Amino acid sequence: MTFIPVLRPCGRVVLFLLAAVLCMGAVQAAEPLSAATHTVPDTMAQRMQACTLCHGKEGRATQSGYFPRIAGKPAGYLYHQLLHFREGRRQNAGMTALLDPLSDAYLRDIAEHFAVLDLPYPPPQASTAAPAELARGQALARHGDAQRNIPACVACHGQALTGVQPAIPGLLGLPRDYLIGQLGAWQTGLRHAHAPDCMAQIAQAMTAADVSAVSHWLAAQALPANTHPAPPASRPLPLRCGAALEAAQ
Amino acid sequence: MSVSSSPVVRRLLWVALLATVVLCLTLGVFLARQLNVAALVPLASVPVAAPSAQVERGAYLARAGNCAACHTARGGAAYAGGHAINTPFGPVYAGNLTPDLTHGLGAWSADAFWRAMRHGQSRDGRLLNPVFPYENFTLISREDSDALYAFLQSLPPVAQPNQPHGLRFPYNTQAALAVWRELYFEPASFEPDPTRTADWNQGAYLVRGLGHCAACHSPRDALGGIRQASVLSGGLMTGQGWYAPSLQAHSEAGVAQWSAQQVVDLLKTGVLHGVGGGVSVMGPMADVVFQSTQHLSADDLHAMAAYLQSLPPSEPVAAPAPRASAAQLALGEQVYQRHCVDCHGASGQGAASAYPALAGNRAVTQASHVNPVQAILSGGFAPATAGNPQPYGMPPYRTLLTDVEVAAVASFIRQSWGNQAGAVTVLNVQRVR
Repeated sequence: MTFIPVLRPCGRVVLFLLAAVLCMGAVQAAEPLSAATHTVPDTMAQRMQACTLCHGKEGRATQSGYFPRIAGKPAGYLYHQLLHFREGRRQNAGMTALLDPLSDAYLRDIAEHFAVLDLPYPPPQASTAAPAELARGQALARHGDAQRNIPACVACHGQALTGVQPAIPGLLGLPRDYLIGQLGAWQTGLRHAHAPDCMAQIAQAMTAADVSAVSHWLAAQALPANTHPAPPASRPLPLRCGAALEAAQ
Repeated sequence: MSVSSSPVVRRLLWVALLATVVLCLTLGVFLARQLNVAALVPLASVPVAAPSAQVERGAYLARAGNCAACHTARGGAAYAGGHAINTPFGPVYAGNLTPDLTHGLGAWSADAFWRAMRHGQSRDGRLLNPVFPYENFTLISREDSDALYAFLQSLPPVAQPNQPHGLRFPYNTQAALAVWRELYFEPASFEPDPTRTADWNQGAYLVRGLGHCAACHSPRDALGGIRQASVLSGGLMTGQGWYAPSLQAHSEAGVAQWSAQQVVDLLKTGVLHGVGGGVSVMGPMADVVFQSTQHLSADDLHAMAAYLQSLPPSEPVAAPAPRASAAQLALGEQVYQRHCVDCHGASGQGAASAYPALAGNRAVTQASHVNPVQAILSGGFAPATAGNPQPYGMPPYRTLLTDVEVAAVASFIRQSWGNQAGAVTVLNVQRVR
């Protein structure tokens, strides 16, 4: 006698359904638990997430200081800064460690990625400086000080101070403390550019009051409608400048 | 009765005197033994222009040995020295290897260079500091040493003076080096193992010799020495904040369970897809791949893989793996959702061909917390190689997360998705910073 459960038709249906459910359950358990695959875009923007956490889309400030805006800066300038950090001409342990295993070609790609970003600028910081200090800052930025061999900022950084292609950065839209910090770093030799280091020469001719004044004034300026760096200068610069010379080659 | 004439004191003074004399004699013997090696190697040799094939071979070997990592200072002239290697005894400065007559190797013969590599002695017989890993380089063949020498002599001479080491007394003495060498160094030539393949032997020659992998991947004792028995079993890189994992332990970085091609791919490109959710070198190893192993030939990389895969498996002594508190895990999960999930996935599964998985990732689950914490603090790119020219990278969270948050998220990833490593404390994080 074959062992077949003697059931009413209803019971057989229930048994069949139960078996089906159990079988499905067994199949589920037998399949390996696979987490949903997670993908990210195969783009430079995705790769640059390593940078934008700190630099953000428009530069970002934290308790430990300011990360300057890098979006929209001339590619030549950004490339040279990346080289300077990797080669120790600019001092930032975090930047240096990130750039150590990267090739020159990739640094060039990174620079070009950020250079073409066209993002809005936030409104300028409200200035805490007295009007006299701001006036001094404006005078230095627009006219320089011929007696002390300090050229006007606009002589190299563009009449609109938005930078000049291929390698001179704009000076607007940067935090005041970052500007003070960089001019100070050139004064003390912490920051270097390619020789001849024109910014070191200029910064060392400035007093602390000059640095404060021009930084306050620059940080207080709104960006013009056209925020892009100006096309390459047709006239020679007032000073021999390493990066510009190299970029022109 | 005065103290000085007490018989007990007199006896003690005699014993002290005797002990001092014995110590001095012993040091003298060590020093004499170590320095006397100088007599064994003739130094005269006439410099001859080297054939270009030899110079090319030397350039390749310099890559294999990653000489530039120490002997080229950041932003400095190639092989002109000046880079500081920090040790627990003070900084040691790499020397000028360019053929400058006064400051470099311009006055050195191939014999003198060979003596430095095989015996760890300078041209004048002076014992060299073993931060220059001659306990590994001693295995180099005479032919390879001559090729390296030819390459270095072909470089443009750079008149950069060598900086004196900043070692504290007594570590800055030749006597100290003599003692160290007695304990830890034996000049040796590479003896192929006849029971192994030629491939394996070539790999052993590279890994134990020029590759000097053991210099980072081994534990060092209080005198900075490496015991033979613990070679390649993992080493904390003091002063750099990373841990070079054990190449023998399956729980760390052992490659016995990989295919040879996978080992080759990791050393050649810096990344490996499809193994445990993706593998990527980071930190100092990213620099090693970038400057050294990505330039090695497929044959040499296969040989190194053969050797590395043959290392007898050895797990570290099981350390306690304390469970994180529920509060710490909750905070860790919050931090993870905010900062990590976009790249590393909701289940720690990583992102295919971009970011490694954290679930089942040995760099996360190994006993030491140092690497996961350092990765969170410093971030890092995989190396730019021919096989991965535009690597993905991780941002540094050093300025964005507090110690409490770093400890929490590190504990969270080490104890989620099946990972069962120990929790990370705030003190752990502070020490890594």
